[in-house]
Amino acid sequence: MSILVLADLHEGQLAGATAHVVAAAEAIGGDIDVLVAGEGVQAAAEAAAKLNGVTKVRVADNVVYAHQLAEPLSALLVELADDYTHVLASASTTGKNVLPRLAALKDVSQLSDIIAVDSADTFKRPIYAGNAIATVKSDDALKVITVRTTGFDAVSEGGSGSASIEAVDVVVENSQSSFVKEELAQSDRPELGGAKVVISGGRGMGNGENFKLLDGIADKLGAAIGASRAAVDAGFVPNDMQVGQTGKIVAPELYIAVGISGAIQHLAGMKDSKVIVAINKDDEAPIFQVADYGLVGDLFEILPELESNI
Amino acid sequence: MKVLVAVKRVIDYNVKIRVKADHSDVDLTNVKMAMNPFCEIAVEEAVRLKEKGVATEVVAVSVGPKAAQEQLRTSLALGADRAIHIETDERVESLAVAKLLANVVDEEQPGLVILGKQAIDTDNNQTGQMLAALTNLPQGTFASEVVVDGDKLHVTREIDGGLQTIALTLPAIVTTDLRLNEPRYAKLPDIMKAKKKPMDVRTPADFGVEVASKVSLLKVESPAERKGGVKVASVDELIDKLKNEAKVL
Repeated sequence: MSILVLADLHEGQLAGATAHVVAAAEAIGGDIDVLVAGEGVQAAAEAAAKLNGVTKVRVADNVVYAHQLAEPLSALLVELADDYTHVLASASTTGKNVLPRLAALKDVSQLSDIIAVDSADTFKRPIYAGNAIATVKSDDALKVITVRTTGFDAVSEGGSGSASIEAVDVVVENSQSSFVKEELAQSDRPELGGAKVVISGGRGMGNGENFKLLDGIADKLGAAIGASRAAVDAGFVPNDMQVGQTGKIVAPELYIAVGISGAIQHLAGMKDSKVIVAINKDDEAPIFQVADYGLVGDLFEILPELESNI
Repeated sequence: MKVLVAVKRVIDYNVKIRVKADHSDVDLTNVKMAMNPFCEIAVEEAVRLKEKGVATEVVAVSVGPKAAQEQLRTSLALGADRAIHIETDERVESLAVAKLLANVVDEEQPGLVILGKQAIDTDNNQTGQMLAALTNLPQGTFASEVVVDGDKLHVTREIDGGLQTIALTLPAIVTTDLRLNEPRYAKLPDIMKAKKKPMDVRTPADFGVEVASKVSLLKVESPAERKGGVKVASVDELIDKLKNEAKVL
């Protein structure tokens, strides 16, 4: 078994998701190589080499791979895939964008969002917004898989940098797509996907201004701030804060849902959290059926009290 | 420019699903079915492009059982000009759907193909990307804005950190995110008119595509149930429970 992991990058640096994907690769077993593709990614490659379990880091550093556009990245992966039995990436927007394209180019199926490894060819994945878990077996010669990062604990950093780093000199052509611009939301808080505590607001927050009520609590708890789709669609907060089937999947130690009713699509994104707290004025809200601790009341009174008492 | 839209018949998004007792799959008998929400957005975008004079013809296509013609009729009522139904009762994986759609793209030569970013039943998020690969066309996935600019397509994509805008050469494949648009409702006269619009019924065999997949579904289970929790009376009690019982603070 030999596994290639496509590294996640965030603004050129190695993203936390990669360590979770390496953990999934370890569960499959075999040599694990990590591909770092982008422009100016030497530091990311060195960070990847420090991850425990990694045999080799392959670096494709070229302007054509900048911004990880699907066309050049999948073409690169096609060139490398023959050396491997499995190609893995996180189920991030990049992984989801690139891996199905690779799979089709190699004429194999792709398995999305796996949460467990039964064996080298059998995996578990959620379907129907997480309301059912499917066990699927792939008989394809090459397994192309995206990994739900919350399903696997991150491998630790060895610190020794024992993995070798080698350059990949494959350069592909791309005349079909080009990068125009990026608008990234700036935040000092932990990344939503990896945060230990998440506090989310829903339609009950009333407006975007009221989301500031969550700031103080988030600061005290070192939490990331999320939102329901209703809050995003109402324009309260940007879409990258959305937790749910169509947004981010989180599984923190503590998830605090404020003014969120608990629609199926939202639950799909957070119901694997260790402890769920719901604050809602409607005591019939479905969120209370999954919440470990529920507090019925007006969030505008509860939130300031919570902030001052934590 | 001709626009091709792919739509899928799925279980209605509000339905609480049941897993079959033999764990072979989810039980779909007597369950309300509907057009996949992301596909509705794809149809809406295609119809808007036609209303803007960018698209000349909108063709809706679906792969699935005979009943999927209902969703194609809905597409026609919403403004598509004609429909292609590729009829099969088999469980069709994304790769086979993409191969069938690639054949339709080859026949129809659309300037743009719009699909939903994922179906809410299988949650795969693969078909558009696979279609792009098989047709050797560029892809603009998870689109929240699509602008045709001469011979280029500007697509604003929802990515993990925010938004990214890319430019694609046409023809291109686009998959829709929820914020691309707000789909309209079909009006009764349009539903009546849709019954007269052409529907071409084909089979996978017509295209020589083998539907069987190398991925087999071994088992479907319900996820672990969460235990019903408790309601607390005050903020102090909540903080006390989180500190001393759950030990997460």
